[in-house]
Amino acid sequence: MTEFGASTHPSDGLFDVRLVVNGVTHDVRVPSRRLLSDCLRHDLRLTGTHVGCEHGVCGACTVLVDGTAVRSCLMLAVSADGAAITTVEGLTEPDGTLSPVQQAFADCHGLQCGFCTPGFLITITAALAGSPDPSEAVAREIIGGNLCRCTGYQNIVRAVLRAAELRRSAGGSLGSSPRAGTARAAAS
Amino acid sequence: MTAMFGEPIPRVEDDRLLRGGGAYLDDLGHDALAVAYVRSPHAHARVLGIDVSGALDVDGVAAIYTYQDLQGRLAEPLPLLIPHPALTHGRTGYPLAAGEVNYVGEPVAMVIAADRYLAEDAAELIMVDYEPLPAVVGVDEARAAGHLVHDDVPGNVAGHLVQEHGDAAAAIAAAPRTLDLDLYVERSASTPLEGRGVLARWDPESRRLRIWTSTQTSTGVRAAVAAKLGLALADVDVITPDVGGGFGVKIVHPWPEEVLVPWAARALGRPVKYTEDRLEHFVASAHERGQRHQVRVGFDDDGRLLGLDVRFWHDNGAYIPYGLIVPIITSTQLLGPYKPGAYRVEFSSLYTNTVIVAPYRGAGRPQGVFVMERTMDAIAAALGLDRTVVRERNFIRPEEMPYDHGLIFQDGRPLIYDSGDYPAVLAKLKALIGWDGFAAERAAALEQGRRLGIGLACYVEGTGVGPYEGAHVVVETSGKVKVATGLTSQGQGHQTVLAQITADELGVPIGDIEVVTGDTRAFGYAVGTFASRTAVMSGSAVALAARAVRAKAIRVAAAALEASPEDMEITDGIVRIKGDPESGIAIGTVAVLSNPLRYAFDEAAQAATQFAGGDIDAPPVAEGDEPGIEGRQFFSPIRSTFASGMHAAIVETDQETAEIKVLRYCVVHDCGTLINPRIVEGQIHGGVAQGVGGALYERMAYDETGQLQNASFMDFLMPYVSEVPERIEIDHLQTPSPLNPLGVKGAGEAGVIPGAALFAAAIEDAEQLPITSMPISPSDLFELRRNAAASAALWPSGPAGRGARGERPLADGAAPDTAGHGR
Repeated sequence: MTEFGASTHPSDGLFDVRLVVNGVTHDVRVPSRRLLSDCLRHDLRLTGTHVGCEHGVCGACTVLVDGTAVRSCLMLAVSADGAAITTVEGLTEPDGTLSPVQQAFADCHGLQCGFCTPGFLITITAALAGSPDPSEAVAREIIGGNLCRCTGYQNIVRAVLRAAELRRSAGGSLGSSPRAGTARAAAS
Repeated sequence: MTAMFGEPIPRVEDDRLLRGGGAYLDDLGHDALAVAYVRSPHAHARVLGIDVSGALDVDGVAAIYTYQDLQGRLAEPLPLLIPHPALTHGRTGYPLAAGEVNYVGEPVAMVIAADRYLAEDAAELIMVDYEPLPAVVGVDEARAAGHLVHDDVPGNVAGHLVQEHGDAAAAIAAAPRTLDLDLYVERSASTPLEGRGVLARWDPESRRLRIWTSTQTSTGVRAAVAAKLGLALADVDVITPDVGGGFGVKIVHPWPEEVLVPWAARALGRPVKYTEDRLEHFVASAHERGQRHQVRVGFDDDGRLLGLDVRFWHDNGAYIPYGLIVPIITSTQLLGPYKPGAYRVEFSSLYTNTVIVAPYRGAGRPQGVFVMERTMDAIAAALGLDRTVVRERNFIRPEEMPYDHGLIFQDGRPLIYDSGDYPAVLAKLKALIGWDGFAAERAAALEQGRRLGIGLACYVEGTGVGPYEGAHVVVETSGKVKVATGLTSQGQGHQTVLAQITADELGVPIGDIEVVTGDTRAFGYAVGTFASRTAVMSGSAVALAARAVRAKAIRVAAAALEASPEDMEITDGIVRIKGDPESGIAIGTVAVLSNPLRYAFDEAAQAATQFAGGDIDAPPVAEGDEPGIEGRQFFSPIRSTFASGMHAAIVETDQETAEIKVLRYCVVHDCGTLINPRIVEGQIHGGVAQGVGGALYERMAYDETGQLQNASFMDFLMPYVSEVPERIEIDHLQTPSPLNPLGVKGAGEAGVIPGAALFAAAIEDAEQLPITSMPISPSDLFELRRNAAASAALWPSGPAGRGARGERPLADGAAPDTAGHGR
């Protein structure tokens, strides 16, 4: 970064990056400034991840990077090199059924326009892995950093609790390990 | 088969959206060139010159356009969408600034490049020479007219309208009591999570244009772009993809970007896409709500209104493409559920050097309700009456319906309420929140050192405005039913509710129904999605079309079965003789039979071919008949239908920090017959959250030079979950509308409408301080307390300096020491 000057136009310098997204390995060549969100959406065409503010406040672009919920608009694609990433497209069970969090959103009318929804789904999926039986107060904390303009959050809070219930009744096997690893590479 | 209408079924939209399968504007057109705009950094300036030479060599740049490049109708101002005789000085902007800029964010140059990064690189290198001019910011500066936004618009007045029913001045002069209030509401904005965006493809071989745009009116965009580019309507398709929220801002059309992108796509012969970013959305789309109001009201000793005179000033921003709609709505809808006595309203719509106004969910009603409900509370305070009693005394009674206010509404039609039962709504609300028991609650809290307040606000909302919507329903030979209506969806669940209506009207399983909205290829005649009109307008059109289709399916099946149509029914997609389940023909087969064929395309189709039988002495398609089981119908009501509702809230205000906490939030809502209660409640939830935002958090912080200081989600405080009430308690009343075949009224906007009025009332009740300006933040409240303390020190005997002629203290509950409303 200290070398930044007239000779290094921001679009100069392409980098080879390997991303394992939803279990599928992708090798992409990107400029250093390419946001992870843009790389996922426009280079890999995984458009389920949405961009609502590009300054890390709304949470719509949240993805799992090595199991941690990350705002993909605040991360450069080059810095995700080698990472295992889960996007909303990778949340369903291997047989295509909705994950507990996705199912809970359908059950509770937790979405309207659906634009912020992928970010909520990822955020909640990550949180429930560490907090499988949240109280209502904790459910609010889990979604406390994501913006939604449609639902007034009422049914999203219910969906968090419902998702936890579905997850527990499935013995914790469902939705506990989103397809971050390489398990599904062959199936794709 | 279970009836679908009225059932809280899950949405048919959800599965796809939950899997990441939504297709929003920026998810499309991966092959398209990207657009970035050079936008004005000044609120008001002359553009002396634009030097693009430094940008031309940037890698990947395909084209750069300025106003000089625009030709023909594209070089003219954008359309004034809703003309009105009172809009005497309507001005609209150009697609790219033509010598002058009038708000920060106005587009000056358009850069098209291989991707957005490169387009922004180039945009940064374009040098624009501006001569700054004085900026007019806010209602008060616009009124003062020390400077003009447009040189040829005296006083900054775009339009001025007066309506009067009865002689308000005389009624107020003769009234035993009067009050004056000065009431202000600040700007806020729709702020959908997805901004605007448009993608265009020009097909040079068929010479046709295809546009995808994140809009609330695809037919409106189609007509406007066709006119601007000199194309036949038939050569332009406009498709609304999934839209990430609208709330009003996306009804404005064509945006500068919406005409420039298709134009550039045609000029370059390449697909072109523009995706608005968040900063652009804040500064360069649209805001709403900014109005200052002066109220003079005359009433009797029982609190009955005798005369009401309201003057207000509306901040319409730099241009006025959407006309006077917002202030007209305020001026008519502020009457709410009340009989005002004689009523006079006068407003001026004023230009300022800020971004334009588009209707934002509620569209002028939140301000109107704020005005009327503050007035009601002031009257109650002046008379020492319970606030619900004053309202009750002024309600239009159910037996007075339909009620004619003697005014003209936003659709150019008389303001006549079709139905409603306001006393019943109030009774439900009082029961729901425990209005009568609150005094004890307040006293108990006070003993613990906690300060509580209760408030309520009532509204009536004209919904389902015309002129019309239409629908097409067709039964495929597979038995699947395709429904199309022209208005657009932004997440309201239209596919679900329109499928529910179709399922019941036609008698087919809901899973066999597919609904398309906002695609001019599927249905070319439509108005758009605004004013809570989809259920009323398209819902009714779908019902009428489905009824026509049902009648035809029965007629064709009856002929095939040699039965009388009156004896037939359709259940679960089977057309059959009533009481004879064995007699049925699948509706898809009926569709085959309805279309006499020469060529069989599959086994089922053989039954409709020429050698398969039938009356050889009659024409295969009877005179006046058509092949196919399909129907197209339009619904065009004589005027709007009026939904209503009342909200109540209990708040706690922190004695030290002035933090405002919502303890209870109750809604009683009457949108006529409910199609899907789950979806209606979802609409209310979202509206209430926006109401909370507008009342307590959101403001557009323009500085004196017209720079928006809080144009990000860091600084514009859109509610997170932590800001909305933990519970929104909802009860419904269902007063069917007599104006449409379903008895429905709109529900989309209701939740947001009473927000400002409600919180002002509850905070005023808690604090015993007059609240006359919204939104109110903890620091605003802190200042009000400090000013009140200073004023109490000046006038130890009471709040004489504050009140108008409000003589007695607030009444509901054990109101303590101060009073006085209005300033």
